[in-house]
Amino acid sequence: MALKIVKGSIDRMFDKNLQDLVRGIRNHKEDEAKYISTCIDEIKQELKQDNIAVKANAVCKLTYLQMLGYDVSWAAFNIVEVMSSSKFTYKRIGYLAASQCFHESTDVIMLTTNQIRKDLSSPNQYDTGVALTGLSCFVTPDLARDLANDIMTLMSHTKPYIRKKAVLIMYKVFLKYPESLRPAFPRLKEKLEDPDPGVQSAAVNVICELARRNPKNYLSLAPLFFKLMTSSTNNWVLIKIIKLFGALTPLEPRLGKKLIEPLTNLIHSTSAMSLLYECVNTVYIDVNTPPLPSLSLSLCLYLSLPPQLCVQKLRILIEDSDQNLKYLGLLAMSKILKTHPKSVQSHKDLILQCLDDKDESIRLRALDLLYGMVSKKNLMEIVKKLMLHVDKAEGTTYRDELLTKIIDICSQSNYQYITNFEWYISILVELTRLEGTRHGHLIASQMLDVAIRVKAIRGFAVAQMATLLDNAHLLTGNMQRMGICEVLYAAAWICGEFSEHLENPMQTLEAMLRPKVATLPGHIQAVYVQNAAKLFATVLKSQEGNTDSTAAQETSQLMIDRLPLFVQSANLEVQERASCILQLVKYIQKLQQKDVEVAEEVSALFAGELNPVAPKAQKKVPVPEGLDLDSWINEPPSESESEDEQPKAIFAKEEPKHSRPRREEVDEKELAKRREARKQEQANNPFYIKASPSSQKVYQEAPGVEHIPVVQIDLSVPLKVPGLPMSDQYVKLEEERRQKERAEKKKKEKKKRKEKRSGRGKKHDSGPESEEDITPAHQVDIVTEEMPEKSSKHKKKKQKKEKEEKEKKKKKKHHHHHHHSDGGGEEAVQNGTVEEEEPLLTSLKNKSSTYQVVVSVIFENKCDSFLKSMEFNVLDSLNSKLQRPEGSGPHDGLTVPFQLPPGVSNEARFVFTVQSIIMPQKLKGTLTFIVKDSSTHEKLDFKLHFTCTSYLITTPCYSDAFAKLLESGDLKCSSVRLEGVNMPFHHLLARICFHHHFSVVERIDSCASMYSRSIQGHHVCLLVKVTVSIDAKCDEPTLLGNVLDEIKQTFSQC
Amino acid sequence: MQFMLLFSRQGKLRLQKWYVPLSDKERKKISRDLVQTILARKPKMCSFLEWRDLKIVYKRYASLYFCCAVEDQDNELITLEIIHRYVELLDKYFGSVCELDIIFNFEKAYFILDEFLLGGEAQETSKKNVLKAIEQADLLQEVRIFLYHQIHLL
Repeated sequence: MALKIVKGSIDRMFDKNLQDLVRGIRNHKEDEAKYISTCIDEIKQELKQDNIAVKANAVCKLTYLQMLGYDVSWAAFNIVEVMSSSKFTYKRIGYLAASQCFHESTDVIMLTTNQIRKDLSSPNQYDTGVALTGLSCFVTPDLARDLANDIMTLMSHTKPYIRKKAVLIMYKVFLKYPESLRPAFPRLKEKLEDPDPGVQSAAVNVICELARRNPKNYLSLAPLFFKLMTSSTNNWVLIKIIKLFGALTPLEPRLGKKLIEPLTNLIHSTSAMSLLYECVNTVYIDVNTPPLPSLSLSLCLYLSLPPQLCVQKLRILIEDSDQNLKYLGLLAMSKILKTHPKSVQSHKDLILQCLDDKDESIRLRALDLLYGMVSKKNLMEIVKKLMLHVDKAEGTTYRDELLTKIIDICSQSNYQYITNFEWYISILVELTRLEGTRHGHLIASQMLDVAIRVKAIRGFAVAQMATLLDNAHLLTGNMQRMGICEVLYAAAWICGEFSEHLENPMQTLEAMLRPKVATLPGHIQAVYVQNAAKLFATVLKSQEGNTDSTAAQETSQLMIDRLPLFVQSANLEVQERASCILQLVKYIQKLQQKDVEVAEEVSALFAGELNPVAPKAQKKVPVPEGLDLDSWINEPPSESESEDEQPKAIFAKEEPKHSRPRREEVDEKELAKRREARKQEQANNPFYIKASPSSQKVYQEAPGVEHIPVVQIDLSVPLKVPGLPMSDQYVKLEEERRQKERAEKKKKEKKKRKEKRSGRGKKHDSGPESEEDITPAHQVDIVTEEMPEKSSKHKKKKQKKEKEEKEKKKKKKHHHHHHHSDGGGEEAVQNGTVEEEEPLLTSLKNKSSTYQVVVSVIFENKCDSFLKSMEFNVLDSLNSKLQRPEGSGPHDGLTVPFQLPPGVSNEARFVFTVQSIIMPQKLKGTLTFIVKDSSTHEKLDFKLHFTCTSYLITTPCYSDAFAKLLESGDLKCSSVRLEGVNMPFHHLLARICFHHHFSVVERIDSCASMYSRSIQGHHVCLLVKVTVSIDAKCDEPTLLGNVLDEIKQTFSQC
Repeated sequence: MQFMLLFSRQGKLRLQKWYVPLSDKERKKISRDLVQTILARKPKMCSFLEWRDLKIVYKRYASLYFCCAVEDQDNELITLEIIHRYVELLDKYFGSVCELDIIFNFEKAYFILDEFLLGGEAQETSKKNVLKAIEQADLLQEVRIFLYHQIHLL
């Protein structure tokens, strides 16, 4: 069927129809615009004719031209004319043209209302259909308001063809004219149970879309939808219903419970990937996103198999060879990751595989996922893998993305996952070898941040930076590499600031004063000059120690020789610094010639350490009295002024006073609003210095880096700078370090057990190390709350932990009323509730990171039978473990080494190893024993409560040491109020001393300062006031919080 | 769904349907941007991309790209299904559809789309019903339909 003629029309024969136009355009490829402009002229002529067929043909051609991008808005009225033709052929074309060309601002739409109404009520369903379709594209609020009733009537039309269109278009009407929703809703709800599946699906569609905007109002429909969901087999409908439930469940958690079964069935049974994806995506994800994350969490608790099942299903998607499914699987996975990181983390292998995918969008998705998956354990491995990809990556966008991701991954939450900073520095240095990256400044800011905050790393960092400076020509040699020269900024600053760590400062100084430096961007040169001065100071210091004074003078001469180059710099900053320093050095040289020792004074120029400043530090600065930050410095030019001027001329006599006192009306709310606006503005203003954890990062991108003429050296070989470390070696080192740690641990464990352990024990032995086991090799200074007030003073080094034997109070109440009844089991139940209240801390020894706590338990036999074969057992937690003798399993009990005659008490000691002491612990335990007469095993459950207090040791402290401690700024602060305590102040103090192991440092009238120290050396300082409020400071906020809670508890009991 | 675009490998727009009110200028900018972005993608890449705050789902059939923009919560796979369903409808209607069929009968392509989607939502999931509606409407019309058999989409 090559040519199908429905009906001929003689009028058409002479005109150019759409096909001719298309063909013509294709034949005029060279002068298309000209051809089309002649066509448009023709069309204009055609539109002037009275024949509607000719007009319709013209409008049809215009619609085509509109798609090609030509403006046809001038023909809007002609389109309306064609729309109102009584012939379906033309009407159809008219409506199509309208739906393509009209939008809300087309003014002729107003003229169409009556025509559309007429068409809607046409006896021909296709007229109605065409009108509805057209309307869906160009409905305006006015049209919606005028036609809402007509469309509503159509929802009950006899023909399902019209009903479904009417239902769907109602959604557009609701959007444009929300008032129509209320009257139309009952009918819409009715349509959910329409006999025609098409209409039903349309209604589901509309309600689902409505519910996404405002779920609250549609909760009442949940049962109806539930019925639909279990009965429908139409995937299109099911997907919409699931989406709807996704919107409803956060509001009604009970729904989640009901949904488990049908959803699980769907997930297991469906073969449609789209439906499966919707189930997994909506139910477990949409629900998990705000606004109500807490509810969604509870939903997940309801759904007993959730994340695992989902992730498993997603794994199937990701493993699929279809790129689309892979992509969606990763996308959904990244959403689950936010709420259930654990269940995703086990699929790390799969995600890493995706990095090798040929599709870039999949690789980027996988990268996003990796960000959330890293842990201390796998960071190095993941980053190593990423570095390999960096080398392989083609295309700078993807490589830059990789680079930023590596840095993001490593630096997230204050470098939480980095255990070895030497490794990280090496990674950063390796990254500088990337060609053509735009992210030099990112690497630079990381280098600065790490070097400043990780004190232990400075020596290493400085050595690396010195090498980098030495090889600076490699970084700057190529024009393409200009972005990377930002790292030299960091390198120069680090070498200068921490120059005391430099092995060969003289060499670095020379590197920094090379003439080539002058080709670097201005802001980098400025840092070079400034830090050259710092280095100069260091060099002088070392040289003056020697007897040979000429060396020092030569150094000065070097400075004097090289600096003039910078004095000539076009950059003001460089020029200013250079000329300043040049003069200074000249003066120094003069002094040197007189044999004056100057090194001390020169280094005094740069004395003092720069410390990171906490983001909230500004808050700590008190606002001076009488300063109102919200009042204007100068009155703002009020609008009234400009208003004043005009009236003055006209109403010269009138008092302009009334417009003056506008400012007084500014109320609190207004002020708050302005404050907010100002904050906003500051946040957006690049020149406003924001409080950031490392304010050193604030330096601006050099403008016009690429304009600096540099000789281009073409390096096709990837650069390998001798002497620069390879990060890989750290992976190995770290592995060794951890192995050593693990071995030590094992040794300890082995002591406790014999080798002949069977299955379970062995698994435990070789099991993967847990996250807590990995201790970072370096500590990051994380400044969050407190501002270091004085940089020089530092927290006292942790005092040596002493072993201290301290018998503390102990009472183990054995409510052991022996009922001489037949069954011992009954009794055990009775006793099952006995709770051990006081932890009986006694002695402590520290062994690296684990601590031993000795608990002495006093057993008292209150019944009148003889008790024997007592066995004491505790369920270990991750943190606290009962030490068992060698050869016993982790769940074996310890035999109590004595028997108890009636009425006798005796004490036994048990050793626990504790890792973290900042949280209180409750261990569950049981005591089994045999009552001699009945010779049955009895059981007594108890709880062992390790309070945080029990880890505190009363340690005396002198008031000056105390003051120093408080000043050091290393302590976090917290406070608590004790309600309803009315006892003499000294009783109160005595109670704190007794129950919580504090000692009074000083007492002045109505307040007292108290001190205690934990077995891990945390300082806990209290300031207790007679008003019974306690302000406290501690270097471990969690510990402090818990201790305060316990103090509060003590006083709430009395 | 926010809009649907059909364009050729050369970047020529073959069909556009907008379900959100936008000015001509914005429409032009969006389609130009998208056509460029999608044509730059390699053939083996997946059919989805994030673009501004929308999700773009596209698929290539012979020399034609079909591209839809959906909102964030929408299901990509079902959108892909919609595209495929539309191509099937075109194929059934024209009998082995090719790009030229769509160029020369572009208003027909619109009519079919309008029977299948309304206001951006699927209005009829049964292929049979869509074709029936179109055929019946055609009976009322007096037009010739030229069919071109060249490179078939399916």
